Amino acid sequence: MGFMNLFKHFLGDDWGVHPDDHKRPAADQPVRVMPVPARLYLPLQQHLGGPARPIVLVGQKVKKGELIAEAQGMVSAPIHAPTSGTVAAVTEITAPHPSGLTLPAIILDADGADEWIELHGCDDPFALDPAEIGKRVASAGVVGLGGAAFPSAVKLIGASKAKVTTLVMNGGECEPYLSCDDRLMRDAAAGIVDGIRIMLHATGAKVALVGIEDNKPEAIVAMQAAAAGFDSVQIRPVPARYPMGSEKQLIQVLTGIEVPADGRPADIGVIVHNVGTALALRTAVRDGKPLISRLVTVNGNCASQPGNIEVRVGTLAEEVIAFAGGLKGDGLGLARRVMGGPMMGMQIPHWRVPVVKGTSGILAFDTVEVAEQEPNPCIRCGSCVKACPMGLLPLEMSSRIRNEAYGEAIDLGLKDCIACGCCAYVCPSKIPLVQYFVHAKGELAAQDRAKLRGDATKKLALQRQERLEREAREKAEANAKRKAEREAAAAAKAAAEAAAKAETQGESA
Amino acid sequence: MNTAALTAQPVASPHAHGGNSVTRTMFRVQMALVPATLYGFWLFGWPAFFLWLLTILSCLGFEALSLKMMGVTRIKATLFDGSALLTGWLLAMTLPPWAPWWVAVVGGFIAIVIGKQVFGGVGQNVFNPAMVARVALLVSFPVPLTMWVSPLPLTSLAAPDFIDGLRIFLTSLPQPDAMASASLLGYTKTELSRGIDLLHSLAGDHAPVLSWIGARSGSFGESASLLILGGGLYLIGVGIISWHTPAAVLAGLAIPAAIGHSVDPTHYLSVSAHLLSGAAMLGAFFIATDYVTSPNTVSGQIVFGLGIGLMTWVIRTYGGYPEGMAFAVLLMNALTPVIDRFIKPRVLGRDRKGKPLDIPETKEA
Ligand code: SF4
Ligand code: SF4
Repeated sequence: MGFMNLFKHFLGDDWGVHPDDHKRPAADQPVRVMPVPARLYLPLQQHLGGPARPIVLVGQKVKKGELIAEAQGMVSAPIHAPTSGTVAAVTEITAPHPSGLTLPAIILDADGADEWIELHGCDDPFALDPAEIGKRVASAGVVGLGGAAFPSAVKLIGASKAKVTTLVMNGGECEPYLSCDDRLMRDAAAGIVDGIRIMLHATGAKVALVGIEDNKPEAIVAMQAAAAGFDSVQIRPVPARYPMGSEKQLIQVLTGIEVPADGRPADIGVIVHNVGTALALRTAVRDGKPLISRLVTVNGNCASQPGNIEVRVGTLAEEVIAFAGGLKGDGLGLARRVMGGPMMGMQIPHWRVPVVKGTSGILAFDTVEVAEQEPNPCIRCGSCVKACPMGLLPLEMSSRIRNEAYGEAIDLGLKDCIACGCCAYVCPSKIPLVQYFVHAKGELAAQDRAKLRGDATKKLALQRQERLEREAREKAEANAKRKAEREAAAAAKAAAEAAAKAETQGESA
Repeated sequence: MNTAALTAQPVASPHAHGGNSVTRTMFRVQMALVPATLYGFWLFGWPAFFLWLLTILSCLGFEALSLKMMGVTRIKATLFDGSALLTGWLLAMTLPPWAPWWVAVVGGFIAIVIGKQVFGGVGQNVFNPAMVARVALLVSFPVPLTMWVSPLPLTSLAAPDFIDGLRIFLTSLPQPDAMASASLLGYTKTELSRGIDLLHSLAGDHAPVLSWIGARSGSFGESASLLILGGGLYLIGVGIISWHTPAAVLAGLAIPAAIGHSVDPTHYLSVSAHLLSGAAMLGAFFIATDYVTSPNTVSGQIVFGLGIGLMTWVIRTYGGYPEGMAFAVLLMNALTPVIDRFIKPRVLGRDRKGKPLDIPETKEA
């Protein structure tokens, strides 16, 4: 805790928590590059939004970087072959998700040649039209590498439409244990700064503020050196504090502006990207290479050689761990497997789960780290209130949710909760607060869906009713019309007959 | 490896924990009470020790009994989270040091059964259990609860030894007159009602300056105001409590005291007399900061603390009892839900009323 933090702590303005970061020694190890495994598992949904649609057939040969599944819908991202080989199957595999659900995926057998398709790079991205950059980023399948995996192109294009002025770069990496962004900033600072400048060009933003937590002095130095010649790229050390890397918090710390609760950063002229994304974007635009690999931190007390590993997307976590030196004592003492960071990452049921574009870490925790304990009753200590970066009342929300009073929980701000986990992290009673919130949000979504379905059914019923009535009315009208016509015809006939009669009578007269 | 646990129910994030626990918190609070308690033992001798011990034991006993009767399965875990022990300890600190044994038992019963378990146990009670017991005892048994002894340090010859101490504790014989005394607040109140103003009554033995070293009569934990203050500062230092509540309590007490004293020193005690007497320090640092019964936002805690301080001063100055901390705490406990209802933290991106902030209309391009 730095001096400023101590001061703020004294004033009570102390959102967030200061977990032990556990970043070293992993962060100080040089990056190891993992060879391509024999088989890659590529889920069709590695990003937020619509899943990609496969465009390859089983048995088809593909080259490294070839498009194998195309984006589908407004918010989506394509998927490319991470190496050359043969499509073995398009099937379901275990998703990187705690539920152990399956997801459709393309399975690719590597041929060992690792041969690129023809690449179309660009020597001077600054000469390109911003829209063209967006197109290239979209077709390279670049997504946010910080974890949320939001398609980057969608954000870039949206930002240039919204006329943002400030690009906030997230180099915070506030999650404990993770150090992949740290490593990238130390090793590839020049590339990241170049990527940031391309982003500035693509969005029309004037300045990029790169927030880096002050527990990464090496990264700060490297980035400052790389950004030295560019006024538009400013490196801003920020205090180490979780969740500093969360969008709204980082924006507030760097720009002093609060994002309105119902708005997006673009509404206040800001767009946020992760530093790793900047590098992937640069590779996509300059070299024409799609996003097919990423840096993953392997860490946790059970990992025998913690460190950062460059991994092809689609590699099983099992193989990454084996490459990283395996688990201590062959996994004896392993208490939890996590993908992502310890604060917001997901528990996975087993290691046969692939690394996807958004996977920042593979963590093997022992019992000490997990410290699983039965929850005790809430003692209303208020720690969670102090820790919540959003200014919510976690204890009140959880007690409402326990009573299934979801409406009241929403009134208390359930929808503003970013599931950062600070509250549960500090709770002395070990109450799984986030679990309550996730559960309630799920429950509410289900209710909304049911309501929508109910509404739809009602609407259909109403339409049917209307149709029936209309048909009945039309039928009645038609009948009436026909009757009228018939009567008119009959009358006409009668008249004609009468006239004819009259004529004949007249003639005869 | 416990594979069953691994593959069973998925656990939501976070997968790390700060390591704080109820037991640890309670333990630290108890640590903070140790110096003042030891000093109290020394000052008031064996009877005080027996009183302290029995109050805690009876609290634990009644806690165990209630949990058993309610069919709680994790009796041990709940019992040893330290909260019942702390309640007993705090209650003992507010009792006259030579109170007889049954005060401890009845007090433990009221605190745990009526003050806490009736509301549903840990975290559910509206009122601070120790204060509920303190007030109930005072109202029901005013005589033994206002019998103060002069300090008789263990090292002095007149101090009762172990056996004598036990006898005093168990027999509840009326204390010899020579040992009877009055606390500062009680004494001044009596003298004022006899028409003797403070300037005269506070000359000599009852000079408030004695409070600073604490060797004076009063309740068990009242004498060592400075040690209590030290313990409180330790709690602030380790982050168990924040400084807002104690500061607000002391300010709420000190401000009216300062005004009163400067207007009419013959009828209003000075600030230091107020702050160092009675349960002011104990109340500010250990009672008003009780998690369960105080508001959970900083602003709420300030309102709460100011309320307690002010009420205490009013009761001490105008009320029928010489000490008002316990009443003031209970009163503000009752208001806590109201305070929590009206004072909420501002949600990021929303105004105080919970409406989303406005999206700025114009953006400089
Ligand atoms: S309530 Fe939500 S936003 Fe607040 S600390 Fe808990 S998880 Fe984070
Ligand atoms: S941190 Fe836990 S025990 Fe403390 S108030 Fe919040 S929910 Fe209750």
